[in-house]
Amino acid sequence: MGVAAETLRRTPLHDRHAAAGARLVPFAGWEMPVQYEGIRQEHLAVRSKAGVFDVSHMGEIETTGPDSEALLQRLLSNDVSRLKPGGAQYSVLCREDGGVLDDLFTYRLADDRYLTVTNASNHERDHAWFAQHAEGFDASVADVASEHAMLALQGPEARAILASHIEGDAPSRMRTSRARVAGADSLICGTGYTGEDGVELLVAPEDAPAVWDALTASGATPAGLGARDTLRLEVCFHLYGNDLSEDRTPIEAGLGWCCKLETGFIGSEALRAAGEPAERLVPFAFTGPGIPRPGNGVRTEAGAGVVTSGTLSPCLEVGIGMAYVPAAAAEPGTAIEVDVRGKARAAEVRERPLYRKEAR
Amino acid sequence: MADETYPDDLRYHPAHDWARIQGEEAAFGITWFAQDQLGEVVFFDPPEVGTTVSAGQAYAEVESVKAVSDVFAPLSGEIVAVNEALSDTPEKINDEPYGDGWLVRVRLSDPSEVDSLLDVAAYQELVQSQAGS
Repeated sequence: MGVAAETLRRTPLHDRHAAAGARLVPFAGWEMPVQYEGIRQEHLAVRSKAGVFDVSHMGEIETTGPDSEALLQRLLSNDVSRLKPGGAQYSVLCREDGGVLDDLFTYRLADDRYLTVTNASNHERDHAWFAQHAEGFDASVADVASEHAMLALQGPEARAILASHIEGDAPSRMRTSRARVAGADSLICGTGYTGEDGVELLVAPEDAPAVWDALTASGATPAGLGARDTLRLEVCFHLYGNDLSEDRTPIEAGLGWCCKLETGFIGSEALRAAGEPAERLVPFAFTGPGIPRPGNGVRTEAGAGVVTSGTLSPCLEVGIGMAYVPAAAAEPGTAIEVDVRGKARAAEVRERPLYRKEAR
Repeated sequence: MADETYPDDLRYHPAHDWARIQGEEAAFGITWFAQDQLGEVVFFDPPEVGTTVSAGQAYAEVESVKAVSDVFAPLSGEIVAVNEALSDTPEKINDEPYGDGWLVRVRLSDPSEVDSLLDVAAYQELVQSQAGS
């Protein structure tokens, strides 16, 4: 590879990935498994049984102190006052002009203690942003990324697999608990990025291999970043750098639901002033052959747009994606055309999520 | 996926494409190395019969879930057949890259171009130099 491999960081599970025959690729400065046996196979394993992902590249910021709630209320778009101890909350981090710096999960560990999980590519910038804005607040902000490894156990059988290794209680959805998993002290979060039930585990780096071994021995399929991407896209979860960026507001991106303008977070005034956006991020599916890719042009009756995420959906078996289109073309059912390297492919704006589990 | 093999009755283009020459025609496909690099093929968009292809030029695309890859014509000529079965079973390109995973058949316009292709020994040397990179 052209990139000097030695400059890439490795997670504590690197040996496990290599032993499992993973294809390792550079990702946000890390050497990460993109797939083991195959993206589609791993994707379907998560939908039908359970998969485990190493997401240790993700960063963590801990905010503590009497003013920690007030500080986070200023930084994060959601209403942090509604986040109770043991709870989880999704939000975006905005610039003054409303551009998105990152999208984040924050866990309230105690009254005056919060843990925010960052995207690897944004972690240092996020931490600097947190620290810069902490001035004047009686709160401290610490980069605790190196203290954590993170594993995501996802799928309909995830909780059963967890149950065979947990000493203590598993959290319900959007809650957290602290318990031992395979002997390792773990922060267990009822969250994920796949649309399936499951948990995310934050453990000390040195404990990660034992937890990984226990979960895979109990039937969780090792799954890579490739399947993580197709799974999240089927359920229309945003990927920072694709669907979210500094050039887009969360309102355009369809994340108005987690932007509580009345809390006065940084960027809220700009978002209020901006009013209704001219473009909106929409999910779409191809009605014929082809696979959309990021950067593909979109044609609609209301004007041009651009694809920000695209793949072949392993569950729906058609090309799917998300695209920014003129607001007038954002209604589900609207016929659009995607220019895939010169070929016009027929598509239709859809409701989110694109994939919905059949009722059982 | 199939085991790594490179049949000795084929000629190879350095872009990891093969040609099986049969008289004035040749079948084209991608090599085991190419399909392994790409991962599970989920879409092959065939060119149209009658299209002219030029040696060393891209003539079609194969796609995995994550990536798009051009396929290059080892030799010049006119496409006389495309492997229609791949529209339903593109995974044949992984399973049988030299058999049912063939992509197109071409009537060669300059059979002397064959001399510029690699034989199996030279191609395997190339693969070894690129493997693990």
